[in-house]
Amino acid sequence: MRDQITEALKGQEAQYIEIRIEESEATNLRYRGREMEEVGRTSSLGGNVRALSGGGWGFASFNNLSRLKERVAAAVSHAHRVGGEPMALAKVEPHIDIVPAVAPKDPRLVPLAEKKRVLDQYVELMMGVEGVSSCWISYGDASRKVYYANSQGTYLEQERVDINLGLSAMARDGGEVQQSNESLGSLGDFTFVEHLHQVAEDLGRKAVALLRAPKVTGGEFTVVLDPVLAGVFIHEAFGHLSEADHVYADARMRDLMHLGRRFGGPHLNVVDGAAIPGLRGSYKYDDEGTPATRTNLIREGILVGRLHSRETAAKMGEAPSGNARAMSHTFPPIVRMTNTLIEPGNATFQDMIADVREGIYARNWYGGMTSMEMFTFTAGEAFMIRNGQVAELLRPVMLSGNLFTTLANLDMVGNDLDMNQGGGCGKDGQGPLPVSNGSPHLRIQKCLVGGA
Amino acid sequence: MLHDVLERALKVAQQAEVYFVSSEETPAHFEANRLKRLETIESQGIALRIVKDGRLGFASTTNLNDIQGLVNKAAEVAAFGAQARMEFPGKSDYPEVPVYDPAEEGITTDHLVQVGQNLIDALRAQNSDVLCEATASKTITSTTILNSKGCNLSFMQSNFEVSLEGTVIQGTDMLFVYDALHSGNPIMDARQLAQSLAQQLELGRRVAPPISGAMPVIFTPRAVSGAMLWPLSSALNGRSVLQGASPLTGRLGERIADEGFTLWDDPTTPFMQGSGMADDEGVPSRRLPLIHRGVAANFLYDLQTAGQAGRATTGSAIRWSLGMTPMPSASVMIIEPGKASFEDMVKDMKRGIIVEAMLGAGQSNILAGDFSANVLLGYRVEEGKVLGRVKDTVVSGNVYEVLNSLAGIGKESRWIWGRLSAPPLYCKSVSVSAKEA
Repeated sequence: MRDQITEALKGQEAQYIEIRIEESEATNLRYRGREMEEVGRTSSLGGNVRALSGGGWGFASFNNLSRLKERVAAAVSHAHRVGGEPMALAKVEPHIDIVPAVAPKDPRLVPLAEKKRVLDQYVELMMGVEGVSSCWISYGDASRKVYYANSQGTYLEQERVDINLGLSAMARDGGEVQQSNESLGSLGDFTFVEHLHQVAEDLGRKAVALLRAPKVTGGEFTVVLDPVLAGVFIHEAFGHLSEADHVYADARMRDLMHLGRRFGGPHLNVVDGAAIPGLRGSYKYDDEGTPATRTNLIREGILVGRLHSRETAAKMGEAPSGNARAMSHTFPPIVRMTNTLIEPGNATFQDMIADVREGIYARNWYGGMTSMEMFTFTAGEAFMIRNGQVAELLRPVMLSGNLFTTLANLDMVGNDLDMNQGGGCGKDGQGPLPVSNGSPHLRIQKCLVGGA
Repeated sequence: MLHDVLERALKVAQQAEVYFVSSEETPAHFEANRLKRLETIESQGIALRIVKDGRLGFASTTNLNDIQGLVNKAAEVAAFGAQARMEFPGKSDYPEVPVYDPAEEGITTDHLVQVGQNLIDALRAQNSDVLCEATASKTITSTTILNSKGCNLSFMQSNFEVSLEGTVIQGTDMLFVYDALHSGNPIMDARQLAQSLAQQLELGRRVAPPISGAMPVIFTPRAVSGAMLWPLSSALNGRSVLQGASPLTGRLGERIADEGFTLWDDPTTPFMQGSGMADDEGVPSRRLPLIHRGVAANFLYDLQTAGQAGRATTGSAIRWSLGMTPMPSASVMIIEPGKASFEDMVKDMKRGIIVEAMLGAGQSNILAGDFSANVLLGYRVEEGKVLGRVKDTVVSGNVYEVLNSLAGIGKESRWIWGRLSAPPLYCKSVSVSAKEA
């Protein structure tokens, strides 16, 4: 493969060219109630070429690898057509490396019959809870091997194995339908899939309990977020705005997001990095061949860094951070988060709720989105906090905030960091991309909560 | 080659279906008001479904040199697959549904670039402070469905898409405006998008004071799509109905919405993205009332779900990606327009909001029909006049409650994503919460 790729890179008139060839294999199992809804195997083989000329990019992706040289020519021709003011890429030393998959318990070595046996138990555990009317399970594992070379001398082979699992129990009472979900994942370690008996039973019980839970009336509340939901919060509320491709092109946005700006109190420290090992967002080199790093985004409440591709790093005169990622060979790499977390502080959970007369304790996650300034995130479960105590269960709540006020209203950071590896991130049509996020418990004052 | 796949599959299975799709997409992407990237995305792949010893097996590949591997994988997983409650369809009479315009073949990259740049220039001529991103793209897809019952169906589809997003930042306030056009015919001039965004900017530049409480809300077609499309289409999905996950289970024939509300699924609509002469299992397409004058009329079925439910397929099988088996889904939803003009709806409103775009809709308990979302773009109305944009505001409600208390259905429908035609909906009372400044 290496010879084929390096040969195709030769003799082209462009400032920069890269080629990516990708082989992947995936297995999916999906249950609906006790029925196996789908079991399937998918294989993919494909590649792409990306070329830079002047100020623009050309991109060609394909499944048929036989005419590689023509694909390179097509991408180069696209780049020439875009043209414009020349643009530089931040300098990255060439690397030649072969990176095997991190897979403590490789799902590819677990027979399909065994995967089904494990998941069958969870179906029975959820369905066995009195009042549960149905359930879903969606399991997927995917391995991907990428051969990558660029015209500056980098050649990489990287392999990764990703596992994701969603469990959901449903309870119904007439026209009322409630569900409780859990979303989990891992970088190549099937072990976590094998120990979810308690989780499955709890999901069943939670779904049934939700039928009788009241809806909250919308308004502003003091909210305490558990580590899982707080991880989603920092991903949506701040993470996306730290992606430099949202910032570099607009002078007013650059001004808003200038390094040194205060976003929160001295207890707020935020980090992102694929170099943090063993998580779903971990890797050795990004999809432009830049080595992974660990980037401080907020230190003691002050913006100190952001996430870059080689292009955005050059445009903003900052160092490339190794955050250019592509969902698959059909997409060019764009700036993405990897493993994003709020570092632990000193507060205990008791400290956080002790002086709350009326607030909301929101746990687990259901979704999240951002439009930069505004963001929303949905809790999987929620409880009222009354007079310093966690009180009655509520229907799931949607929380909404504003980047410039919500982080400043974050007044307590817990001492109990935990990472969430479920789900994935979507951006510009590329998703779900494996990421992780995490945080200790957090407390936010005056958070806008939508009733449902 | 496809016949070879079928033959090999029938050596290990009793029934087989080969689905082949090949597409070429050429988008022109604009960033910061100028052309940034040109792409050619070619893809092709095969999905194989088999019935082996009464069970369904599925595999897919984009490596057309590994046909035997594909067959082996489908056979391997069939041992664990669902019990087949279906037979693949044979040859049928298909309706004539135009979805391919040969004129699209002649559309050049230069044309795409021109359409995109004209659009940005048109918007910026009146709004020089707006920063634009745009995409103009064309896609040509060809599909073949071949099965052991004799179905051998091939069709082509053309798609043209243009989208425009504008951002205006003032202080810490960010205003986002967006619209998109989709068509099966080439779009020669997309400047109507620039007009749509210019209007959003005009209404949205001024920020109105926050407003909270239960109040009348007008959902524009884009917001109808955001708030209601997903809950409704999942509730009408025969698979959710069979599972008991739909609030409409067992309620066919019951009144579930206002009498003026009629919803169709119509894959025979010409030149829409979700249209075609057959569904993704080769079953002929047909126009189907889902909610008729407020009464639940039909659920959507594919072959397997219909077999499980003891019903007939409605020709509603969609493959959302090559690697997924078909599932019942709405293809082209049409909400029948009503009589009210948008202008009159706004004039009628003493105090309320117009919702244009939502953030985070579809992330609530959509099974129950709940929606709860941040108002990404919406306007406050006072005494029939738009005061300005609302900020830090969430709307929450339930689709069925809203549809049962409509104050009006608009007469001006429009297409969203080539998959939904919707009028504005005027709702009597929806819960709105805003952060006090």
